[in-house]
Formats: sequence, structure tokens, C-alpha cells
Amino acid sequence: MRILALSGSLREHSTNRLLLEQLLRLAPEGVEIEVYQGLKSLPPYDADDEATAGTAVSALRERAKWADGLLIATPEYNGSVPGVLKNALDWLSRPFASNPLRGKPVLVVGASSGMFGAAWATDDLRRIMRTIGARPLDEGFTLPHSHEAFDNQGELKDLEGRAQLAQLFERLVEAITENQVQRAKAETPVAVETAG
Amino acid sequence: MSDITGSWQIDPVHSEVGFAVSYNQIGTFRGSFDSFQGTLRVSNDQASLSGSAPATSVAVKDENLATHLLSPEFFDADRYPEIRLNADDLSIGADGTVSGEAKLELKGHSASLQLTGTISSPAADAFGRTRIGVELSGSVDRHQLGLDWNAPLPQGGQALGDQVQVSTSAQFVKEEA
Repeated sequence: MRILALSGSLREHSTNRLLLEQLLRLAPEGVEIEVYQGLKSLPPYDADDEATAGTAVSALRERAKWADGLLIATPEYNGSVPGVLKNALDWLSRPFASNPLRGKPVLVVGASSGMFGAAWATDDLRRIMRTIGARPLDEGFTLPHSHEAFDNQGELKDLEGRAQLAQLFERLVEAITENQVQRAKAETPVAVETAG
Repeated sequence: MSDITGSWQIDPVHSEVGFAVSYNQIGTFRGSFDSFQGTLRVSNDQASLSGSAPATSVAVKDENLATHLLSPEFFDADRYPEIRLNADDLSIGADGTVSGEAKLELKGHSASLQLTGTISSPAADAFGRTRIGVELSGSVDRHQLGLDWNAPLPQGGQALGDQVQVSTSAQFVKEEA
């Protein structure tokens, strides 16, 4: 089972990066995870450039095709997801009908220094993923006051929060497994009843 | 009304199967299915109907809309490729009126609806086959089928209505004995 993980924040001391790393340490067995770190290298989305998008875009697409599911940590900039994250999703959403995110489960989490923990951004991100045709989990995680939430080792101080994150990762894994089962079922030819 | 006892198969070319729903609060949006199959079995004044259509055969005029309808926000065709409509016990009146309960299945959900309509007396077509005309329609709350998508309108309210009318104007051909 393959998961592509990314954080929507570019800065080095991002709490979303810490949140993502915390989640990765809580990953269940048997999951292959790759962290995508090329958000800054993507050109701005331009429909005129789709055919000649360049290696950064094709590398991102290739990773999205590789993945069975996604894990995204998003900050909230001005009430929504950061432009760099949305830009990556805009590239990944093309061509619309056959984009590599279609049907894939996604876990959305967020962190912010404010009291709502990137709640609007995580809601927006789930709505964006649904519009793209992915399967975002209804459940997510928001971390308020994130600048005070981690200890010196980068561990989330709140033990209950850590337990919740571990459970959410299990849910993502379950959703991916369920997806694979359902797809196999849908592709199996059904015996056709013939008139007696 | 003449005797229509027997088994009848839908003529996919000369029939239409579709749906209608209030959209933007000011009108009705209609779509249909390009591909479907259906069998009607009649004995005395009772009939059973069994029909299905691939979700991917939904016919709308915009490719992005079709993609949206097939996505998990609507039919979720990747997981649930087939839409089924079955009615075990339709009553046929002497005047050709039809009514009865049907079950519509899609997206792993099922909903009951009342179908009403008409069945014609049999007639021969230009190629010597016997056919009947069937008009049926019924209305269902799409939320019972897991079709919950909506979008807020600028002036308030939601874009998509809850009740969907499903209907068919169909011709069925008598199965060769």
C-alpha cells in the first residue's frame, strides 16, 4: 500500500511539517510512504502549458499515479489553502476526467497558530479533493496553537491527539483497502441471467 | 385492451430512459441514459419489470458534467457500475393504466418509488414484430440513494432539487417463442 504525503507549507520551521512527521511516525505496518517535497519547483498552472508542463509536473503526476492514497497537512493562509498547494492540485487535476487522484482516499489534517487549527483550510481542501474526484475522509484533524503543541523532539505534547492521529491513519489505510476491494468487485464480470 | 401476456424486451433504439430534477431553482434539468436493457413479463393483469443501465452511459451535453456525475459525488461509477430498476408487481388496468412499486438501485443504495403510466395494446411494426408502448414515471428523493451533492446559490438556497423524476417512454418487442 502506497501513500503520498505532503505539507502545504514551504517554510523550514512549519508546524504542518511537524504534524506530518508526527503522523508518519504513527503509520501502521506495511505502508510505503513517500513525502513529496517539490511544491516550490512547480510552475504556476497554465492550461496553455499542459502539453509542455516540464519535468517537475510530470514527476508530481508520476508520484500521484504511484500512490494508492494521499495524506496532506495544510496551513491556512487568508482563510484557505496556500496557493502553492492549490497549484499542485490544479496540475494534478488535469486532464479532468482521467486525473491521477480520481477515486483515491485522502486524509486531510491542518495546523495553525490560531485557535481554529486551519479548520477552514481543511474544509476547503476536502471540498477541492471531492471536486477533483478523490475520496477525502470526512474525518480530519485540526491543530490549534500549533507553535506550542510540539516538544523539543517534535512530538505532539497532547497524547490524546497522538492517539487520534494514529486512528486516523488506520482509517486512511482501511479506506484504501476498501477501495481496492470495491474496484476488484466492480471489475469482476457478473453472471448474466438468461431467460429460462 | 388486448392481451399482452408474455415476455417483452425493450427496443433500445426507439426508447428513452431519463431523469429530471429542479436546477438553479428556476427550471428543470434533464438527462438520459444511452444504453439500457429491460424485460417486461406480463401475465393476466400483472407485470414484472426488470431493467438496468451502465452508469457510464449517462448522457449529458458537457464532458465535465458527465465526469462529475460518474464521480463519488454522484453515481460513483468506479465502484457501482450498474443502475437497476425492478418492479415485481405492477398492476395493469383494463384501460391500459399501470401502477406499482419499484426499487431503484445505484451507488450501493436502494430506494422505493411508485411508478405510474400506461401500456398500449400490441401492434405489429413494419417488420412484422409485435410491440407495445410503455410510459412509466415515478419520483424519488435522491438523498435515499446517497446522492447528496449540492451547491449554494448566490441569492440563497441550493442549486439542486431533492426530488428526481425518473421516466421512460419505451417500446417493448415480443420475445420470439
